[in-house]
Amino acid sequence: MTVLRLTGVVKEHPGGVRALRGVDLVVEQGEDLAIVGPSGSGKSTLLHIMGTLDRPTRGTVELAGQDTGAMTDTELSRARARNLGFVFQQSHLVDRLTAVDNVATGLLYAGTRRRERRALAEVALERVGLAHRRTHWPSQLSGGERQRVGIARALVNRPALILADEPTGALDQATGRQVLELFGELHAEGATIALITHDPTVAATFGRRVEIRDGELLDGVVA
Amino acid sequence: MTGHLVDASALGWLGVRSRPGRSAMSALGVALGIATVLLVTGIPASGQADLDRRLSAMGADMLVAQVAALEGSTVAFPEEAAAMARRIGPVTFGSAVANLHSKVMRTPFADPNESAGISVLAATPDLVPAVRGEVATGTFLTEATRGLPAVVLGAAAARWLGLSTFDAAHPVQVFVAGERFTVVGVLAPMPLAPELEQAVFVGDEFARSHFGFDGRPTVVYLRAVESEISAVRDVLPATLAPSTPGLVSVSRPADVLAAKEATHGTFAALFLGLAGVALLVGGIGVANTMVVSVLERRREIGLRRALGARRHDVRLQFLIEAVLLSLLGGAGGTLVGMVGTVGYAALRGWPVVLPWATVAAGLAGAVVIGALAGLYPAVRASRTSPTEALAAV
Repeated sequence: MTVLRLTGVVKEHPGGVRALRGVDLVVEQGEDLAIVGPSGSGKSTLLHIMGTLDRPTRGTVELAGQDTGAMTDTELSRARARNLGFVFQQSHLVDRLTAVDNVATGLLYAGTRRRERRALAEVALERVGLAHRRTHWPSQLSGGERQRVGIARALVNRPALILADEPTGALDQATGRQVLELFGELHAEGATIALITHDPTVAATFGRRVEIRDGELLDGVVA
Repeated sequence: MTGHLVDASALGWLGVRSRPGRSAMSALGVALGIATVLLVTGIPASGQADLDRRLSAMGADMLVAQVAALEGSTVAFPEEAAAMARRIGPVTFGSAVANLHSKVMRTPFADPNESAGISVLAATPDLVPAVRGEVATGTFLTEATRGLPAVVLGAAAARWLGLSTFDAAHPVQVFVAGERFTVVGVLAPMPLAPELEQAVFVGDEFARSHFGFDGRPTVVYLRAVESEISAVRDVLPATLAPSTPGLVSVSRPADVLAAKEATHGTFAALFLGLAGVALLVGGIGVANTMVVSVLERRREIGLRRALGARRHDVRLQFLIEAVLLSLLGGAGGTLVGMVGTVGYAALRGWPVVLPWATVAAGLAGAVVIGALAGLYPAVRASRTSPTEALAAV
């Protein structure tokens, strides 16, 4: 089943900069995809468009079989809440919320009841191996732990696709490796993951790799 | 939908308590405004309650009638004026005094000009109940003393004569028109009849025999059943002076006092205006804080949009945060205003009147101010593009 389909996606920023020049990309369920590219190659723009945070200038984005181009802000938000999970370079945790409440934030806009949110967040936190840290504040967690809380927040709504933007970029090598291992495990359990990175060694741990350069995907790098 | 609002409120409150110092500072303006509103309504309300209480204690049932003094003539009521007043049905007490236009001094050597301000009145023994007066020390004039050189002092007159601490066991004497009078009593203060506080009273019979007093009173004091007081007031001039009712003026001291105190109320409008300005400034403070907050929290906004928050959710979150911020100020201001009102009333010995309607209006006003102040920042937050928000560092 196709989770995400980009067809002829062009993105022009104001001022005429073409960040993406006709991208075609299909992500199937159960895939682990790494999009590799140097800075300025348009990979952040690509991630934003894949995540429906931005709309393409031309081309179509289908998420879970539905064309997102015709969706209103409300429909698009709902689609994000149900089908997507984001992991960013910075974990973006709310300082005044405990680890488990931060994870529960991932369900806040998905229409899940308050009580269920807590229970599901506990499960997700356990999945990333931080059950013992559930009542800790973000300031009491290490960088790797914070990023794992961020990953738990991304997977708590059982998304069709987890989008990760340089999730190891702010971590030291050992911790980064642990986070990548976690992605590997999640993929092994059936999660669909698309990760963006500038680092080929990070991409090497993924099953499918695509290179982006000057706003175009280069085929034939699938290993 | 309710769960939705609960979530949004929880987020708003999270925003308020995440920056406690800043929240407190920006809520301060609203707090000042609300506190001022409460103080300027609560304190006068308590004062009014105290005035009402005092007036009813002092007597709203009292009337004073006097003849308008025509220039160059001494006019007075008929001799039997007090008796005629007492014959009006609802009248319970009635008495009259006559100004003897004389002077009172401690010693015959004192300068007569220094006694100015104290009037010498001829009075009958029934005066005290008719003016709701009380004898502080000694006695008032009696049937036995009304024909003797005895004098009773009003509270202010006693003070001016240096006889406030008059002791009945050691009689003292004062001089009225050169005659020696024994002080037999001092009256307590009478707020409703200050002119009597500044007078000394001699017996009407002694005045007739020694001062050539013709027995015609100048002022009539009476008390009547309170519900009938206006009816009594209407018939009084014709009863007291059948030939010249138009020259008689009747006043109700309680009304005069109430009117005097009411003039203090005009300041309340000024303070309410100031409170309005404080509330406006407070609202601007809240709006300012929220605008800064929205700018600072762009990444949070971006994250929430990525997690599936609609524009509406973001707008609601910031709007509620502004309302809570303002409400926090409103609650603090209400507390200060109530404590201030209670404290001031206690200090003055007033009954405490808390204007609950104003409290409710103040809190509702704080919500409205918060909503207005939060509108622009909230809309701005909701319009923040998620990608720009996430790119912000």
